[in-house]
Amino acid sequence: MKMLFFLCGLVSVGFVLCISIYLFVAGIPAFKVIGISDMLFGKVWLPTASTTEPSFGILPFILTSIWGTAGAIMIGVPIGLLTAIYVAKAAPKKVATAIRTSVQLLAGIPSVVYGMIGMVVLVPLIQRTFDLTSGATLMAAIIVLAIMILPSIINVSETALSAVPAEYEEASMALGATKEETWFRVTLPAARSGVATAIVLGIGRAIGEAMAIIMVSGNVANMPGLFKSVRFMTTAIASEMSYAAVGSLHRDALFSIGLVLFLFIMLINLGLKFFIREKKEET
Amino acid sequence: MIINVQKLNLWYADNHALKDISMDVPRNQITALIGPSGCGKSTFLKTLNRMQDLNPIVRIEGEVWYNGNNIYDPKMDVTDLRKHIGMVFQKANPFPMSIYDNIAYGPRTHGIRARAKLDAIVEKALKDAAIWDEVKDRLRKPALSLSGGQQQRLCIARALAVEPDILLMDEATSALDPISTGRIEELVTQLKKKYTVIMVTHNMQQAVRISDQCAFFLLGELIEYSDTSTLFSTPTDKRTEDYITGRFG
Repeated sequence: MKMLFFLCGLVSVGFVLCISIYLFVAGIPAFKVIGISDMLFGKVWLPTASTTEPSFGILPFILTSIWGTAGAIMIGVPIGLLTAIYVAKAAPKKVATAIRTSVQLLAGIPSVVYGMIGMVVLVPLIQRTFDLTSGATLMAAIIVLAIMILPSIINVSETALSAVPAEYEEASMALGATKEETWFRVTLPAARSGVATAIVLGIGRAIGEAMAIIMVSGNVANMPGLFKSVRFMTTAIASEMSYAAVGSLHRDALFSIGLVLFLFIMLINLGLKFFIREKKEET
Repeated sequence: MIINVQKLNLWYADNHALKDISMDVPRNQITALIGPSGCGKSTFLKTLNRMQDLNPIVRIEGEVWYNGNNIYDPKMDVTDLRKHIGMVFQKANPFPMSIYDNIAYGPRTHGIRARAKLDAIVEKALKDAAIWDEVKDRLRKPALSLSGGQQQRLCIARALAVEPDILLMDEATSALDPISTGRIEELVTQLKKKYTVIMVTHNMQQAVRISDQCAFFLLGELIEYSDTSTLFSTPTDKRTEDYITGRFG
């Protein structure tokens, strides 16, 4: 019986190992052929060009993913943090419950639905507002991502803020600080490792998302610009994998993009571990 | 008189926890509030800087006069009031920041930004709280790395840094060992030269040792209030006598 539990435990370990090894094995050959710097820093992605030499620069995808994630964080973190403070400290019980419930629902909406709504509402709106030929831009993707990461940011930071001992807040008020000063200068710093964890989780969610943003970002391999159609690392793989010929360099290069994405996410998870460890040492 | 309380009544929802309290607190003296657990002494203390406002089920009637103003006047600026009436809590509660930032928190909140001025305030507050010599070489270290007794003196220093008139102390030594308690008692007797101290204590010996005035609370009522020596030598109320001679409590 014990053996069965052990085997079940092995399943996830096994899959992680298989996927990691496979990504490296499949991702490295293209780097070898094209050259690491030509690929990572190349600005032109024309994998199937027939009249000219095909080009495999994935810098547009890497930068788009970084820009998109950074933009989503810049919008999502302030909104999420203020919501978390409101729910944890200021909101009447009924309002807090209503917000918590909607945040949970927001987390449960499939990403394809976000994409659909972004496509029919947000994209035309951006096109009209900024008078563009197409509203399917990096900006649309950033807004969709910002909304998608709200649940992780709100939930995790609210838990951290609620866990701050009331004695800290009492001491601050007794010194003549207002409630708002207390939240920003005592509660938030006291909950900083939890808040940092929330932000890192948000980054992880944003950089790994594909479905919602493929529908709103125009899917063109441009260097990133707020009002340009762009293609992310995730969306490049999702959209091209189906027609890249088996055994071609194009297909290998897509695996290389997967490897780069994988390394980014590993880095983010390492960051998360670091914050969680710091939290344990504080308590 | 620095504080004058008139007919103060307080309810926790339907529970009438303070009944018609009237008392005067003299300036630059130590006034002790004693009584058995649940008698209302801590509740009363927290009405004096309106910390009871934080509890939504509390309802208060009556007047508390301080500096010619009724602090329960709707026009009262509560943050300004709390700047003048500081508080030290039962459990030492330094912020999870450095020693320096703990002390500088109050002054910064009230708008002092200049580095040199903050340095001077921090040094003075720590000296007044008799902890400067122990922490002067590690002002940047976390306050939570200090011992329990040091943390409580740090909290006193933090309260002094905003230069209050009155210091409210809510059983500030109850969680400390006898040596730390002794140091804080010594400190409090020093503090009365500059500040008025109102302290809640469950420890009658402590009230005898350091207070000038003593008020005995029972079941939400102020039973007896007089000089500490009078209250403990010749109490006028039978209930006070029973309590101080240890017949209940």
